[in-house]
Amino acid sequence: MSQEQKKTTTQKFAGRKGAEILHEMLLEEQVEMMFGFIGGMVLPFFDVLYTSPIRFIMSRHEQGAAHMADGYARSTGKVGVCIATSGPGATNLVTGLANAYMDSIPLVAFTGQVKSFLIGNDAFQEADMTGITRPITKHNFLVKRVEDLGRVVREAFHIARTGRPGPVLVDVPVDVTTSAPANEPDLDLRLPGYKPRTAGHVRQIKMAAEAINAAQRPILYVGGGVVAAGASDELRAVAEKGKLPVTTTLLGLGTFDETNPLALKMLGMHGTAYANYAVQESDCLVAVGARFDDRVTGDISKFAPHAKIVHIDIDPASISKNVKVDIPVVGDAKNILAQMVEFIEPRDRSAWLAKIGEWKKKHPLTYQTNGKIRPQEVIETLGAMTEHEAIVATGVGQHQMWAAQFYGWKRPRQIITSGGLGTMGFGCPAAIGAAFGNPGRTVIDIDGDGSFTMTMVEVITAAQHKLPVKFVVLDNGYLGMVRQWQELFYGRRYSAVDHPCPDFAKVAEGFGAKGMRIAERSELSDGLREMLQADGPVVCAVEIEPEENVFPMVPAGRALHDMELGKLA
Amino acid sequence: MRHVITALVQNEPGVLAQVAGMFAARGFNIDSLVVGRTEDPALSRMTIVVVGDDKVLEQVRKQLGKLIPVVKVRDFEVVDYVERDLMLIRIHTPPEKRPEVVELVNLFRGRVVDVARTSMLVELSGTEDKVEAFIDLVRPYGIRELARTGVIAMSRGQQRNGAAEKEDA
Repeated sequence: MSQEQKKTTTQKFAGRKGAEILHEMLLEEQVEMMFGFIGGMVLPFFDVLYTSPIRFIMSRHEQGAAHMADGYARSTGKVGVCIATSGPGATNLVTGLANAYMDSIPLVAFTGQVKSFLIGNDAFQEADMTGITRPITKHNFLVKRVEDLGRVVREAFHIARTGRPGPVLVDVPVDVTTSAPANEPDLDLRLPGYKPRTAGHVRQIKMAAEAINAAQRPILYVGGGVVAAGASDELRAVAEKGKLPVTTTLLGLGTFDETNPLALKMLGMHGTAYANYAVQESDCLVAVGARFDDRVTGDISKFAPHAKIVHIDIDPASISKNVKVDIPVVGDAKNILAQMVEFIEPRDRSAWLAKIGEWKKKHPLTYQTNGKIRPQEVIETLGAMTEHEAIVATGVGQHQMWAAQFYGWKRPRQIITSGGLGTMGFGCPAAIGAAFGNPGRTVIDIDGDGSFTMTMVEVITAAQHKLPVKFVVLDNGYLGMVRQWQELFYGRRYSAVDHPCPDFAKVAEGFGAKGMRIAERSELSDGLREMLQADGPVVCAVEIEPEENVFPMVPAGRALHDMELGKLA
Repeated sequence: MRHVITALVQNEPGVLAQVAGMFAARGFNIDSLVVGRTEDPALSRMTIVVVGDDKVLEQVRKQLGKLIPVVKVRDFEVVDYVERDLMLIRIHTPPEKRPEVVELVNLFRGRVVDVARTSMLVELSGTEDKVEAFIDLVRPYGIRELARTGVIAMSRGQQRNGAAEKEDA
């Protein structure tokens, strides 16, 4: 994240139109691809784009464009770029921006705006986009003078990709794109208040290492910050040298290979029993790029009650926000872990690891295999068939948790999922964005019927580009996660969760993709193989056991070790 | 606990909305918020009086520091500082009461800036405590109208250490 951007522009901008300046600046930022939807107030820019080397992908709805840019960013590590026109086009980006903000994903969104002299007059297709997006972006800009445009674009990319990454919105009135600066504009960044700290304080790093060395039952709790920092190798070095078990958040999945004996998989509300028990018993919890979200901690007053807490994070505001931290280390996880490994001493942790081994044996992730197809076996089969190497996007709900539990994660940037905001409908467009960013790689959207229905219109986009995304829709005809809560906490009063679905295979065919439906266990392996081998996009609906539940589950408000383990455990 | 926090911010549109919005969205309570120009036309100073426990105040400082246009944050709890609140107050003063009120104004080092038949307009500045003490004393006469600027603050000279700057964790 800390790499200084290259200032390659030798362009002369005096006398050139704003739309051209914007385009030149995108090239300077090495933008290869943009997602979006055209409209009146962005016409001058799209006229420049007509002959541009930048590839433009039209979504069918602006929310899809924002999620595509997000999926592209999560899977490639580059900044995702999207564009929409003023008013409704811009407001349709809002969910996508909020989603990226909660998960710290670098996006730059450009929105057209009405002519600058009409702003505030309730003009046609006018919306106050900087006002609307202020709380859901890392920063935003309204460019009122063409002289500022080049600098603002540069600032937007710089802010999006450095420090704790996040989405930045740049709102550009149409007349700014059609006018030209008389003199050469100044392009130097003007951000005196923005100085993200990347190097960790050595004294703090030493203290953290000493706390780990002194601990009997240490555990690493790792989140999306390790993905953003690209710190997986450093993480593994620390964990292996200190024999430290590692549990990850939903967004941290893949940062630590789950086949490693030290891996405890995901923790939290639907985490593994052994990860949750280990956290609760630990005497030193080291959080790396994670923020003690309520879905991770359960009842926060009973979270890791015996542990000294070390928190490594690039955002000082994350530290001691939810839990009181004993040893804070502010900075980039890659730098800090690389330094920390020097101070970590190999210790005999065999008693602690043996105890965790017992929990693993006693409470493995498991499921039943009778009756209708179980969602977990679909995901395990997909994991095996793709050798756990695919990029997997998800929607939000039960299927998302099953995917997190059962796919088998190997490497960072492999799971593309909406963590903080929990945005249903994220999976389909995010998978498309990831596929555009990773040609040649298998990309699967493991989705639920509820989530998929919300944004499945983007299958048209995949079909248009013959993009080989595989959409696996686990169809239980319910809004399953809510149904599960109603079953467990509302006495099975199923209110507004019955979710009749269209024939997804036919819809897919109508959209220009291949459509499949699997209803019997005997068809599952062959069906999934056929799907994976097909060219182009496939929508494969799988009829699953309608009332399957996600376990383990820590009911909201309970302590992390106080889990419902399900029928089998 | 009451803290006076100042933020040096880039003088650009939307900064006030951004700061006020952050306070509202995160549920922080503001007693007063003052924005004014500084010696540098590119920068404004916000002075914010916040009430909260240590944890809240730490978050206030950090979340302020996180906003891109905020250049520097200081919490005056840890340094010796001067604070002033300016008040204009119109007090009901029939002629026979004028001398008493003027005496009070003089004791508080205020100034009478306008006199009408049955009221006086008084200007008074000082710490919040002093201003409030004056208000209490003149309340029995009848307060017709009152306006306050809210607190502005500045550290005393030679304060190098102790201020919580933006960069602090």
